[in-house]
Amino acid sequence: MTTLPTQTDKKLGLVIDLDTCVGCHACVVSCKGWNTENYGAPLSDQNPYGADPSGTFLNRVHSYEVTPDEGAAMTVHFPKSCLHCEDAPCVTVCPTGASYKRVEDGIVLVNESDCIGCGLCAWACPYGARELDQAEGVMKKCTLCVDRIYNENLPEIDRQPACVRTCPAGARHFGDLGDENSDVSKLVAERGGMDLMPELGTKPVNKYLPPRPKDDQIDILAPFLETVAEEPQGFLGWLDKTLERIG
Amino acid sequence: MNQPVIDLSPKVSDEIRKTTCYMCACRCGINVHMKEGKVAYIEGNRDHPVNQGVLCAKGSAGIMQHNAPSRLKAPMKRVGPRGSGEFETITWEEAYDIAEGVLRPIRETAPEKLAFFTGRDQSQSFTSLWAQGFGTPNYAAHGGFCSVNMAAAGIYTMGGAFWEFGQPDWDRTKMVMIFGVAEDHDSNPIKMGLGKVKARGAKVYGVNPIRSGYNAVADEWVGITPGTDGLFILSMVHELFKAGKLDLDYLAQFTNAPVLVNGDENSEDFGLLMRDANNKLMVIDRATGKPAAFDAMGVKPDLAGSLREAGVTHRSVFQHMAEKYLDPQYAPEAVAERTGISAERIKRIAAELADVAFNQAIELDREWTDFRGHKHDKMIGRPVSFHAMRGISAHANGFQTCRSLHVLQIILGSVETPGGMRFKPPYPKPPEAHPKPHYGVTPGQALDGPHLGFTHGPDDLALKEDGSPARIDKAFTWENPMSSHGMMHMVISNAHAGNPYKIDTLFMYMANMSWNSSMNTRGVIEMLTDKDDDGNYVIPNIIYSDAYSSEMVAYADLILPDTTYLERHDCISLLDRPICEADAVADAIRWPVVEPDRDVKGFQSALCDLGGRLGLPGFVNEDGSQKYKDYADYITNHIRRPGVGPLAGFRGDGDDHGRGDSNPEQLDRYIENGGFWMEHVPEEAAFYKPWNMDYQDWAVKKSFFDKPMPYLFNLYVEPMRRFQLAAEGVGTRQPPEHLRERIKQTMDPLPIWYSNEDENKADEYPITALTQRPMAMYHSWGSQNAWLRQIHGHNPLYVPQKIWDDNNFAEGDWAKVTSPHGEITVPVALQAALNSNTVWTWNAIGKRKGAWALDEDAPETTKGFLLNHLIHELLPPKGDGLRWANSDPITGQAAWFDLKVRIVKTTAPAESQPNMPPQKSPVGKGPSHLEWKVGK
Amino acid sequence: MHPAPSIIVFTVFSGLGFGLLTFLGLGKPDYSGFTAFLFFLIAYAFAVGGLISSTFHLGNPQRALKAFTQWRTSWLSREGCLAVASLVVMGLYAIGVVFLDTRWTLLGLLGGALSLATVFGTSMIYTQITTVPRWNHWITPVLFLLYALTGGAFLAGQTSLAAPMLLVLGAAQVVAWMIGDKLFAASGSTIESATGLGDMGKVRMFEAPHSSKNYLMKEMVHVVGRKHAFKLRVIGVLCLSVLPFILLVLPPFSHLISFLALLLHIFGALTLRWLFFAEAEHTVGLYYGKR
Repeated sequence: MTTLPTQTDKKLGLVIDLDTCVGCHACVVSCKGWNTENYGAPLSDQNPYGADPSGTFLNRVHSYEVTPDEGAAMTVHFPKSCLHCEDAPCVTVCPTGASYKRVEDGIVLVNESDCIGCGLCAWACPYGARELDQAEGVMKKCTLCVDRIYNENLPEIDRQPACVRTCPAGARHFGDLGDENSDVSKLVAERGGMDLMPELGTKPVNKYLPPRPKDDQIDILAPFLETVAEEPQGFLGWLDKTLERIG
Repeated sequence: MNQPVIDLSPKVSDEIRKTTCYMCACRCGINVHMKEGKVAYIEGNRDHPVNQGVLCAKGSAGIMQHNAPSRLKAPMKRVGPRGSGEFETITWEEAYDIAEGVLRPIRETAPEKLAFFTGRDQSQSFTSLWAQGFGTPNYAAHGGFCSVNMAAAGIYTMGGAFWEFGQPDWDRTKMVMIFGVAEDHDSNPIKMGLGKVKARGAKVYGVNPIRSGYNAVADEWVGITPGTDGLFILSMVHELFKAGKLDLDYLAQFTNAPVLVNGDENSEDFGLLMRDANNKLMVIDRATGKPAAFDAMGVKPDLAGSLREAGVTHRSVFQHMAEKYLDPQYAPEAVAERTGISAERIKRIAAELADVAFNQAIELDREWTDFRGHKHDKMIGRPVSFHAMRGISAHANGFQTCRSLHVLQIILGSVETPGGMRFKPPYPKPPEAHPKPHYGVTPGQALDGPHLGFTHGPDDLALKEDGSPARIDKAFTWENPMSSHGMMHMVISNAHAGNPYKIDTLFMYMANMSWNSSMNTRGVIEMLTDKDDDGNYVIPNIIYSDAYSSEMVAYADLILPDTTYLERHDCISLLDRPICEADAVADAIRWPVVEPDRDVKGFQSALCDLGGRLGLPGFVNEDGSQKYKDYADYITNHIRRPGVGPLAGFRGDGDDHGRGDSNPEQLDRYIENGGFWMEHVPEEAAFYKPWNMDYQDWAVKKSFFDKPMPYLFNLYVEPMRRFQLAAEGVGTRQPPEHLRERIKQTMDPLPIWYSNEDENKADEYPITALTQRPMAMYHSWGSQNAWLRQIHGHNPLYVPQKIWDDNNFAEGDWAKVTSPHGEITVPVALQAALNSNTVWTWNAIGKRKGAWALDEDAPETTKGFLLNHLIHELLPPKGDGLRWANSDPITGQAAWFDLKVRIVKTTAPAESQPNMPPQKSPVGKGPSHLEWKVGK
Repeated sequence: MHPAPSIIVFTVFSGLGFGLLTFLGLGKPDYSGFTAFLFFLIAYAFAVGGLISSTFHLGNPQRALKAFTQWRTSWLSREGCLAVASLVVMGLYAIGVVFLDTRWTLLGLLGGALSLATVFGTSMIYTQITTVPRWNHWITPVLFLLYALTGGAFLAGQTSLAAPMLLVLGAAQVVAWMIGDKLFAASGSTIESATGLGDMGKVRMFEAPHSSKNYLMKEMVHVVGRKHAFKLRVIGVLCLSVLPFILLVLPPFSHLISFLALLLHIFGALTLRWLFFAEAEHTVGLYYGKR
């Protein structure tokens, strides 16, 4: 199964709006909750109340600081999970066939009962999207909530990944990026959605919408205000005239 | 291809139970998915007015809180010395016996010797009723050390502030400015709102020394110098006056701008608003040029009005404002250096505000009728909106700063108009609609009324006959006459000092006073453990209720263990801190979606039991038997006013909303309805609420008021002038001499700005040190949460580039941070997007060893730290022999963010300093690993 | 990359084992009977021991057999298949040499080639990883093969061949560093390309996603090794190549000195294999502000 499909029917993925993400970690924890209880082994935690707690998370929010040549530094919150690459290097390295890319929607999954936990797929992924669960010894990764998006036990409106459903700022969008008429594709086209590390040729399905220009890069259309009075007496004069005019 | 076949439709849960989150104060609706009777997954409730389906990191981590190893298991009696953490488990019966043994004699002799303060309580209308029944004047929740400046400034100015009171019109606004917004006030609605605004491409301004969170997504970041927000705002007010960019029509009709101010310096009413024979505020009618009652039918109030009488000219509030704000002291050039914002930028922002408000105005084709009977054919909106919270509140100039912001919104005509700031029912409510403070104590009887409220002049102060404070926290005294939320942060130090008097029992709920909820943490710990010459504790008895093994538990003599939020009843009541939206009135419940597996009890139910035992009025039947079996019984059956109870929905036979008899099925109806009740504001009542008769009538129907009460916005806050007048020598109730000057200066009825730098020794300690709450943590609670503590397990002190370079800091370095009060040694990290004279850290990450069921070497204890050690509840001595409170002189709000420090690089110690000895954990330690899966 | 002891032991000893098998397949040394048995024993101990060690790295070693299924795409799978094939072929060959005193030359050549291919397979597990530019280069298989052949020659007692190969290996290792040190920069991946934020300005990590460490950081972001990298490189090359060479060429020949030289060589190989991992920078480090 480690052969990548030549083509998938759909390219389901996420569009993450870096202009809107406030870095609240809601998606991180919602993902942890859903995927601990659902698909495959729970996302375990080691030393959860001790000196160096660590656990499996399928989605993490980084924060970066970007300093332009001129002007104030900017803070950008940056959620990162599996990008469900079209040319997913994590799949082809898998020795057991546990990793695969679904033909019908392009979701990259791990069949945990086949996973030997060698970790090679995590090495092959440029983005740090795969984490080896330390309790179960199997590779965990974003499933794009494959057990939600088609789940007939959920109301139709909830058939989307947990991270998207929970995102308070609406910075995460889910859809078919293979369909150029889909909402997500339009959003990518409108806002200049980008790939991460395009130089590696992985062809990520997930796209990131860059932050809009900020601070001094914005054109300000409003002109400075015109003064009607510098001091109270003049102001009163203006006020009288104006009140007269507006009746 | 043969792919594995996977189950795409696995069963999600056996059942969904809908209740209200309590992972922070936001009170979102949650769907709790149950499997085999256990909590399996928590997500947001799509139907809920607060969060509409979304849920933040804290809420999603609720399962880890609910199952945290730090949960208290049973009532406990202290057996070791205070602070040791040594306890003995007892039964509830024993616990009640102990509590009754302590409380009954107090109530019978001197009820004020009980100080009952309830922290982050969401049941204040209930706990205050209990305290009233007990008869002590010493009750408040945590508002005084949180955001009373914002709340009180809002109420006094316009009948409500932000968060529970109001919000930007997220759907229509074209420009939002946020000032010093703490990340959870409130959590999801702000994120949802900003998301909507961003999706439309509308502009967000973030005014904050720190560019994180909401300020990170702001299109423009104004990295203001802390404590100068008021100056920046008033400078924009100056610009708007200078340019005449003011909503004159709105000001004339809906505010006290046209009301005449008594100009007679020799009058006892000098500076007060003028009233006619019917006690109606007086304006000049532009149609006649004659004085008239402000609300007379057809009157056209004249902003430029003045009245000459007996050689004295009485001018309108608006003229006073023009005079004040046109003053060059508020010119952008004059404030640029102090605020750290260039004059050009201030002018540009003012111009942009004016442009959006007036050139991009919104018109809704909705008719409405105002209280003067005037029919308007449309609703005109000024689509600029604001939100602000603790960042500008928690300064000693915070009240006036918050007032400035409200005045700015009002002069732009953007409050309660489309695209501006909108109130949430049951707000707006004028200050007069709120109670005044009550403090009348009679042994063995109830207090003479509600404790907290709004003062309107010296007569309302809570002073005893000898002029000494009636309350232990000295709220409503000359030191802070408008301290509407009480001053919880002063209770322990006042009780310890026996000033204004000694108390017998400190009874607290959900308030981590021996750690992150106090200024001067180490000092507070000493006060809690201090003994008198006879070897008795100076504060004789401490009873504490908490659900978790917080740092405060160790300092109590008796522990009443509370439940987790999924095991309890609660009501999010309109009588309390409501959860409504601008377009809807709503309230909600919590209910036990799982039963506790420990010997614990909701604190409110314990109060029902204790109230019954003590025979408190309101808590016993006529025959003396206990009135409410538990909190659920109270929620269902308590009647506050005729037809009005804690919950407004499903009253009577279940179809009455707002008013109606109590309904024994009410809680079931709430549960069926998803844990909440909601009713939409009629469209014609949706805006201009304080003056819109459709709204006023609807509000009466819904029980918010008993009769329509339209009112004017108070650009000029007359009660402040009354205090100022007293300080000028008018009246019989006079402030003490040492406070006279300060009252004159700070109690200006029009917003002013003053510096707090000298008091905080900014010349020696030039850097401001702040805290911010991380979005994924709530106060101290998050550290016991296995998922959240991985995100924020320790906290560096963030340092701007300039200070970083000056000190030659490198990654991994530590610094010694010194304030006039203390010193800490902590790790540092660089943040370039930070005001160059500010350092900050995440709030309440640092933990005491032994608390919260964490290992003693947890990073929270070894690298985490609190700034609290640097902050004192009193200001540094200034040579007058007095220690002034580190609080706003108007409201008593704790001035957390006035902290000034010095910083110097130092060698890394083994642990952050100060580091206190461990407490013994009364609940043991957590497991070494988690593989949490409830379903099979 | 995290220098996991199990993987270091695996690659070094399986390399030595298959290197020795290569020589044995070529009939060097040309022993039979018990002496040959000892050589095969050493070769199998190293090769199989190395392979077993690699399973300590697995989360679920009981499923290891599944790893033989994906030879069409996966180098790890291919390596496994090749290893088994070599061991089987060389086993048959060994039966002839040890018990029948018969050398099936063709079988030996096949087994030798398979052994070498196994080492190549091992090297390709690393070479194929585009996310670690230092590994993603033809020099990696060259180096692995040279390690195996040099160590194999050494173990096979082919001193005259081993001595010059030690120098070639040392030189190749130095060349590998000269090439490898430039590869990350040449790959074009930067924190700016990783985040896509380069157009806005210079990018720096402000806050890691979690204050506590995670699997990715432990596995892929190993910075400690590089601090001492230069020192270790010198010590490593001295032990791997220079010192054993001197000991081998300095007369008089003695088994003890040769053994000492071998131990030094293996120590050097272990050290440098540790560095092979510790110095390798993964692109995911960019997201953590590290390389």
